[in-house]
Amino acid sequence: MSVAPFPPATGAGRVLGGIRDVFTSPKYGPVLVTFLLLIVVFAVGGSRYRGFVSGPVILNLFVDNAYLIVLAVGMTFVILTGGIDLSVGAVVAMSTMIAASLLQAGWSAGVVIPLILVVTSVLGLLVGLMVQVFKIQSFIATLAAMFLARGLCYVISKDSISITDPFFVALAQTKIPLGDRMSITPSVVIAIALVLVAMVVLHYTRLGRTVYAIGGSEQSGMLMGLPVARTNVLVYVISGFCSGLAGVLFTFYTLSGYSLTAVGTELDAIAAVVIGGTLLTGGYGFVLGSVLGVLVLGTIQTIITFEGTLSSWWTRIFIGVLLLVFIILQKILTARRR
Amino acid sequence: MSEPVPVVEMTNISISFPGVKALDQVSFRMFPGEVHSLMGENGAGKSTLIKALTGVYSVDSGIMTLSGSRVAFTGPAQAQEFGISTVYQEVNLLTNLSVGENIMLGREPRRFGLIDWRATRIRAAELLTRLHLDIDPNSLLGSHSLAIQQLVAIARAIDVQAKVLILDEPTSSLDADEVAELFRVIRSLKDEGVAILFVSHFLDQVYEIADRLTVLRNGSLVGEYLTDEILRIDLVQKMIGKELTLLDDLEKKTHDSTSGDDGETPFLQAIGLGKKGAIEPIDLKVYEGEVVGMAGLLGSGRTELARIISGIDRPDSGSLSINGKPGRLRTPRAALSRGVAYSSENRKAEGVVEELTVRDNIALALQADRGWFRRIPKRRQDELTASYIQALGIRPPNPDALVKNLSGGNQQKVLLARWLAIAPRLLILDEPTRGIDVGAKAEIQKLVVNLAENGMSVIFISAELEEVLRLSHRIVIMRDRTMVADIQNDDISVESLLAIIADGSILEDAS
Repeated sequence: MSVAPFPPATGAGRVLGGIRDVFTSPKYGPVLVTFLLLIVVFAVGGSRYRGFVSGPVILNLFVDNAYLIVLAVGMTFVILTGGIDLSVGAVVAMSTMIAASLLQAGWSAGVVIPLILVVTSVLGLLVGLMVQVFKIQSFIATLAAMFLARGLCYVISKDSISITDPFFVALAQTKIPLGDRMSITPSVVIAIALVLVAMVVLHYTRLGRTVYAIGGSEQSGMLMGLPVARTNVLVYVISGFCSGLAGVLFTFYTLSGYSLTAVGTELDAIAAVVIGGTLLTGGYGFVLGSVLGVLVLGTIQTIITFEGTLSSWWTRIFIGVLLLVFIILQKILTARRR
Repeated sequence: MSEPVPVVEMTNISISFPGVKALDQVSFRMFPGEVHSLMGENGAGKSTLIKALTGVYSVDSGIMTLSGSRVAFTGPAQAQEFGISTVYQEVNLLTNLSVGENIMLGREPRRFGLIDWRATRIRAAELLTRLHLDIDPNSLLGSHSLAIQQLVAIARAIDVQAKVLILDEPTSSLDADEVAELFRVIRSLKDEGVAILFVSHFLDQVYEIADRLTVLRNGSLVGEYLTDEILRIDLVQKMIGKELTLLDDLEKKTHDSTSGDDGETPFLQAIGLGKKGAIEPIDLKVYEGEVVGMAGLLGSGRTELARIISGIDRPDSGSLSINGKPGRLRTPRAALSRGVAYSSENRKAEGVVEELTVRDNIALALQADRGWFRRIPKRRQDELTASYIQALGIRPPNPDALVKNLSGGNQQKVLLARWLAIAPRLLILDEPTRGIDVGAKAEIQKLVVNLAENGMSVIFISAELEEVLRLSHRIVIMRDRTMVADIQNDDISVESLLAIIADGSILEDAS
């Protein structure tokens, strides 16, 4: 019989025992590559500009990209099942519009924020039902949701609405000091908390494991008796919720609602998830990878800002090149697995 | 019956799909601690029965009892709760997760609502130990061979406190050693009192492991037998069935002559032609004007060989020469250009284009042969179609009828007409008469005889031995992906053919 004993866990593996519970399988490959890439990008920045590798710059990455981290978390769930969510950018814009208009109408923040989260979750639920019940490709279903959400923005208002609500203003201005001239915003805390919750859900709950199972093979998952249908719907609800939350964080950041905000952000979120090592076909990937992906994108953006003379479109060009490299890397890794 | 209570008893189960009665009043039972094998050819209803048992299909009528109490499943999860576990032909596990997780997925031990990975791994390791498998539960499932994945699937299946374990073609991708390992596991489960349903088209394996057999044919029950009490030859006969044919007008003739032992160059000659995982290397000669019958059970390698000869699949060993000239056939197009045409057994998916008319279907291959920019003139198409409709008796005789509205037999004739229109030198017919009525069957058989008389070579693949015997000059018998016999068709009986198919050896004195 050809049952070869699998090499026993190495010493290093045992040291990492606790962490290994999170990474239940030895597939950190793409994530590690992303981590190294992040270091390289930072090294490049550091070699060119004095003060690039410093606390404030790093923390600013989180401050500027808190909403993108939240979007990437939701997107990770969807992509892990092999789906895609194109609606998130439009839903962010819709959330900012709902927030701005209702606050302007005198609603209190304590009502507006939960309402936004419910509305976007319900939108996610509808998308999920389209995908699961009517077997519509997620690309199409979320494309429809994207147009719907973007269109609703214009129904609310064509113009930008500024936010003066004291709670929002307070959150926008609050800085949580972290010693020596460094601080973060409450949004960063919320984003990091969400990342931690998402990690626990993905790795320590049956819902999370079913997400991975669907990405591996929906058919197999079904035959194994897993709640495939329910989970397939839930990932879009999660993504909808995350989009709503990202929208709220975005209003904390900009203190306004505007229909044309966050155009193309869904593609940034997808890019972050893919660069973070999640396979577009589903089944492999980590939330932490997606966070690293966001940070890579953010760092490139920062370098181009530091450069000063470069057009911000260079960010897009770099992201494009990175995406290509990572998708090819994924192909190579999956080919080897076969 | 003074036997113990069956763990599964299905009585008069019927299941219909639109237009087909997949199972017709079939009864089936399984006893604890017994390996039961479900036998039957393609379309016999084996997989439908399994899906009824595992809750994938719901039954239209009939009674199902488990350990004496009546049940009706609404889904696979419910069947699993009752202790019915299935390992499907394709390993239905998740290669992106660890071995341990694959075993435990959906029933991981939890603490405070969160999965307890330590306990999960320990439990998975216990189950692997129970099957005496030395596999690290932390390793990625995808890093193991298919055979091991199969065993992991069984480890998962028995954890559901399985009373009934269904193994659907578990050995189709395993080598001999791996099969032995699988059988060891099956035997130890059997000793624990699990009822095992073992479905395989390998007769040797069935006879090695099964205690009891149920034979299905065309959705009906043929019978239930103890393996010790039924001879292979009888079993094969029950699986294939005997046609009550009225085809005797096609007198047994022409079996002499034609083929050359006189140094004539064969039209097609294969030497050591094989493809790993599909067919063992074989030698084959087909002479001009010769009908070579190819017999064997489902999965014996009939179709695989045909696909290699006709350029669809590429062989990885051996050589092929056509008309004395060696050369590889890399694509069906290359094969066609050298006069080799293949008519698939899968008439609907790989044969006719149902949405097109009879005329378009017939003209298709000829048009492709000419190239798309040299359109066959409408008048020529009409002539062609009219002549084939008349020659083959296609009904309705309407060139504009959509093929999907034709009966199976007439669809088959349209398909034949398409290949005949390009005048191939060698026509490979894979199950041309399956699922068509007796009249059309006789017409197609006559046509084959006529074609051969006019110098065309035909490889005629069929599961129906009478048919093969009636038409062929020479008969090639496939068994377990290899060729076990290549015999002249003179005074061979169905019984001796059955003996070769069943036992893989030539027995002149048919029992």
